[in-house]
Amino acid sequence: MSPKNIQYRKAKSTAFKSIVILLSFLCTIPLIGILYYIVRKGIKAINWQFLVQLPKPVGETGGGIANALTGSIALVLVAAVIAIPVGILAGIYLSENKDRKLAYWTRLSADILQGVPSIVTGIVAYFWIVKPMKGFSSFSGSIALAVMMLPIVVRTTEETLLLIPHSLKEAALALGVPYHRTILKVIVPCGLSGILSGVLLSVARIAGETAPLLFTAFGNPYMNLNIFKPMQSLPLMIYNYAISPYDQWHNMAWGAAMILLIWILSLNILTKLITKRWRVQL
Amino acid sequence: MESTIIKCKDFNAWFGDNQVVKSVSIDILKNNLTAVMGPSGCGKTTFLRCINRMHELTPGARAEGSMMLDNQDIYAMHPIMVRLKIGMVFQYPNPFPNMSIYDNVIAGYKLNGIRLSRSERDDIVEDSLKKAALWMEVRSTLHKKGTFLSGGQQQRLCIARAIAMKPEVLLLDEPTSALDPVSTSSIEDLLIELKKNYTIIIVTHNMQQAARISDKTAFFYMGELVEYDNTKQMFISPKDSRTQNYITGRFS
Repeated sequence: MSPKNIQYRKAKSTAFKSIVILLSFLCTIPLIGILYYIVRKGIKAINWQFLVQLPKPVGETGGGIANALTGSIALVLVAAVIAIPVGILAGIYLSENKDRKLAYWTRLSADILQGVPSIVTGIVAYFWIVKPMKGFSSFSGSIALAVMMLPIVVRTTEETLLLIPHSLKEAALALGVPYHRTILKVIVPCGLSGILSGVLLSVARIAGETAPLLFTAFGNPYMNLNIFKPMQSLPLMIYNYAISPYDQWHNMAWGAAMILLIWILSLNILTKLITKRWRVQL
Repeated sequence: MESTIIKCKDFNAWFGDNQVVKSVSIDILKNNLTAVMGPSGCGKTTFLRCINRMHELTPGARAEGSMMLDNQDIYAMHPIMVRLKIGMVFQYPNPFPNMSIYDNVIAGYKLNGIRLSRSERDDIVEDSLKKAALWMEVRSTLHKKGTFLSGGQQQRLCIARAIAMKPEVLLLDEPTSALDPVSTSSIEDLLIELKKNYTIIIVTHNMQQAARISDKTAFFYMGELVEYDNTKQMFISPKDSRTQNYITGRFS
C-alpha cells in the first residue's frame, strides 16, 4: 500500500472521529440550553414564600405555588400506588411465562400503550372516569398518569428479572421453598435495583405530564388535598400561567418550571445512584 | 446391615416426546456414596432430578414409574416435602448473591419462613459449615456476601446450605465439573466424610472420580441403566460390554 493511500485513510478516520465527537457534544446542548434558560429566568421567582404560599390574584405581589406542589405530589403518589404493584406483578408474570399467549398480548399492549399520546390517555380518562363520577378530580388524573407509568414499570421489571440466572431459582426450589416465596424472596430481591430504577424513571416521566391532566385533575387556584376534587399541579400551573397575559404570572411559571426540573433531575440522579449501590452482583 | 433408602422401579422420564430415562430400576443403599456415570446425554442428570422432583419443573417434562423414599412414594408426596428431605447441589455453584455467607447457610429455613432462635441459627450455621469443611476459612467473614468466595468455596457453601436442612439424601449433579483440581479434591474428601451421616448420590462424567470416591456405581447409557454394582467390582470386571467399552475409553 502506498504511503499516500495510508495518509488518505488516516485523514478519513480522523474526519469520522471528529464528526462523532462533534455530534455527541451537540446532543448535550439542548439540555444545557434548557437548564441555563430556566435557571436564569426561574431563580428570581424562587424564595421561601414562593414554596409555601398560595397564589394571589393578579396585581398583588407575592404568592406562591404551594397548592401546585402538594397537588403534584398527591397526583404522582396516587398514580404510583396504583401502577407500581400492578406493573411489578405483571412484569413478574411476563418474565416467568415468556411463551404464553397471554404474555405475548400483555407485552404487546404494554409496548403500544407506551406509544399512546398522553392527550389521548387524558381524553379516555375523561370519558371513563370524570363523566361517570360527574366532576373533575385529582383521582381521575392519577389514573391517567398510572396508565402512562404502567408500561414502563412492566417492561423494566420483566427485562430485569429475565437477566437473573435460572440457577438461583432452582437453588431455592431445591431447598423446598414454595414457588411464590422463591419469586418474592430470591428473584425479586436480586433484581431490586433494576425494578426500582424503572419505577423512579416512570415517576420522573409522569411528573411533568400536562396533557392528561387538562380534562381530569383540571387545576385549582386553592389548596386542595381531597383527591376526589379538582387539584392543581406544577405542569398545569405552568401551562395556565405561561399563556396568561401577566408578567408576574410569567415569572411564577418560570419559577415553577425550575422546581419541576429540579424534581425530575433529582429523580434521575437517584435512579443512577440506586442502580449503582444496590446492584446485586450475579 | 445396609438398608435401602431409595427404591426405584420401572422409572421413565420424558422431555416432550423424547424419552430420556428408560425403565430404570435401582435400589440406593443408605449411607452409601453412589456414583451415576455415563456419557453426555445418557439421562443421568435427568434421573437425578427425578429423585427430588426437580425434573417436572421443566416445561413439557414428565415422569412415570415408582420411586420410593423409605417406603413412601415420592410422587405421592408434596414436592416441597420431597425437596426438604432430599437436598441437591448443582453443577455450577449458585449461592444466593443477595445474602451473606451466614444467610446462605440458613437460607432453607429463612426462605421457608421457619423461625429459629438466634442460638439455634448460630448452631446450624457453624455445624453445617464445619461439615462442609468451610468453617475455618469463613468463620471471620460470615457476614460478607457469599459471592466473594472462590468457586470451590462457593460449592462447599452450597453443600453446607443443602445439609443445613438435615436431608436424608444428598444429590449432587456434577458438583466438581466447574472447579479446578485442588477444589475438586477437597470436595471429594468432603463427600467421603459426609457419607457417614448422609446417603449421597453423585452424577459425574468423570470415571476416575466415581472410582475414587463411590461405594456403588451405576452406569447409564442412552437412558438405560446398563449396570449397577460395587464400584470396585465394576471397574475390575464389568459384566456388560458397553460398560467395559466406556471404562476402557472406547467411547465417552
